Amino acid sequence: MGKPQTIIEKIWEKHVVHQEEGKPDLLYIDLHLVHEVTSPQAFEGLRLSNRKVRRPDLTYATMDHNVPTQNREVIKDKVSKKQMETLQENCKEHGIKLADMFHPDQGIVHVIGPQLGLTQPGKTIVCGDSHTSTHGAFGALAFGIGTSEVEHVLATQTIWQERPKTLNVKVEGELGPGVTAKDLILAIIAKFGVRFGTGYVIEYTGQAVRNLSMEGRMTVCNMSIEAGARAGLISPDEKTIEFLKGKEYVPDGDAYKQLADSWLQLATDEGAKYDKTVTIKAEDIEPQVSWGTNPGMCVPISGKTPDLNEVDYREDVERALEYMGLDENQPITSIEIDHVFIGSCTNSRLNDLQKAASIVDGRKVKENVRAIVVPGSFSIKMQAEKEGLDMIFKKAGFEWREAGCSMCLAMNDDIVPPGGRCASTSNRNFEGRQGNGSRTHLVSPEMAAAAAIEGHFVDVRKYAGVPS
Amino acid sequence: MEAIKKHKGLVYPLNRTNIDTDQIIPKQFLKRIERTGFGQFLFYHWRFDDNGNKRQNFALNKEAYEGVTILLAGENFGCGSSREHAPWALLDYGFRVIIAPSFADIFYNNALKNGIIPIQLDEEQIGEWMKQAEETSMSLDIDLINQQITDSAGNNISFHIPAYHKEKLINGWDEIALTLKHEDKISAYEVR
Ligand code: SF4
Repeated sequence: MGKPQTIIEKIWEKHVVHQEEGKPDLLYIDLHLVHEVTSPQAFEGLRLSNRKVRRPDLTYATMDHNVPTQNREVIKDKVSKKQMETLQENCKEHGIKLADMFHPDQGIVHVIGPQLGLTQPGKTIVCGDSHTSTHGAFGALAFGIGTSEVEHVLATQTIWQERPKTLNVKVEGELGPGVTAKDLILAIIAKFGVRFGTGYVIEYTGQAVRNLSMEGRMTVCNMSIEAGARAGLISPDEKTIEFLKGKEYVPDGDAYKQLADSWLQLATDEGAKYDKTVTIKAEDIEPQVSWGTNPGMCVPISGKTPDLNEVDYREDVERALEYMGLDENQPITSIEIDHVFIGSCTNSRLNDLQKAASIVDGRKVKENVRAIVVPGSFSIKMQAEKEGLDMIFKKAGFEWREAGCSMCLAMNDDIVPPGGRCASTSNRNFEGRQGNGSRTHLVSPEMAAAAAIEGHFVDVRKYAGVPS
Repeated sequence: MEAIKKHKGLVYPLNRTNIDTDQIIPKQFLKRIERTGFGQFLFYHWRFDDNGNKRQNFALNKEAYEGVTILLAGENFGCGSSREHAPWALLDYGFRVIIAPSFADIFYNNALKNGIIPIQLDEEQIGEWMKQAEETSMSLDIDLINQQITDSAGNNISFHIPAYHKEKLINGWDEIALTLKHEDKISAYEVR
């Protein structure tokens, strides 16, 4: 037997097309996901240089970033409309499958990949979107690329990549009841900072990670980019292969069995070495709330905003507090919100909606709070409606929408107004992310739901019937 | 992409860390389907107020910084979204060089692909220049071939950039054409 290897090394070695001393490796790409915002200039580049899409069969497109989540028939925004029409024309011209706005497979690109079984262990996956790291939950090497790289992959089905360093984020022990995958990743970023993963691919290991559902694993891998890493992944196990069984693009019968076996072989070998390992104890983690303007500015629900005399980068913290309209040493539970957004590629899967609904059930959204739920895909929306989740949300006073990115980045009409304050299940709390002048607090779906009911942040663990 | 071997220009100091691509180019400007014309929207909400008027307290709006082409910034420049609209906006505004203690991975690559030189230097050196550039107008002379920066006091500071990135910047190569030289290998991989 050879030297023990991490899953990262195994996938890498399988995909090297060309290698030269002192240069990055040329890697083959198994799946290229495309959306309307970062692709038009790439297709235009192909056209200008008379190039074709090399492997339309390994390319899959959808519309998510600026699709309306209500009244789809009339898109008022002419520029958005043009962008979507451009994607449609490009896909048609190059023979690329497209789940457009009215297609049953439409949804946020990182939600539909796994849902359709396009995402599989061992694949190299790229997309012109930084949260491509989400697909790493299945043991795929998945990372975001820029538009020039999108063009490069369209034309060559390969990409030049420097061999990344490997980082093991080990989560020991178990998460307590009411503490979710979202809290785990927020706590990791709060503890190690927004750039500790720069130059690395992260592998999440340890008991608490094993215990997560596939949905939870996607939430964790999704936010690897917020930790600075281009990709984060988790070695496949029984849960992984079970999730993929029967999915549209996964073969069945013997072919599935063989594939599943090979997937399990990919897991990191006992004794494999990482370039760096960091450890965090799951028991210590409480539900998290971000208070500032980057995802590392985050504290437990029992905490306070920072004391200015106790921070590094005082100017940055001061600026963040000012932008957020908060004082130093302010208890998190005293922060009142007027918007709630449950959605995004971090937390818009069926499981997320079920958990949020269990908090909301039989209660009412606080007066003057505007709360919306945006399922991650059309199919999730249909499943949720079958279970009656839409009714639970609507009865409580939530708006129930069509699938898309929506208020995660507010490219469509779903905007938090200037000065508005939002409890959001998305992944970025940057200035203006949810609308010019908007203030974002990142939380789990359960915490967002509880904030909607109370009008301010509360420890969701005090609610009865909290799912663990 | 335009080749770049040397660059001399005025410096703009932006003393903030973790400048994310949402700040560099806010999402409402991502709907265009061209690569050009994004410069007017660079740092939009920092440069303009809600009525579209210039904010007087944002230094880039000051006359002293007209014509700047070199950006000095804090740690983790370009974090966040993968949008290449960020380097497009910087380039379109006139920036050809960005100097910071560290860059986010995706942004670093995106900058290189557009003929912007991302230079990583230690915080102390940047801090010194940052202070200077905040006080008086200051220029830097960058020699990519010899990997050297000369400041107005005549100090020479060397910097590191991976050789293959440098080669591409200096020659302004089309990366796809380079890759397609290996097409036989790609085809061989596909039938493997
Ligand atoms: S949901 Fe948000 S983070 Fe995810 S792909 Fe859409 S815009 Fe990006």
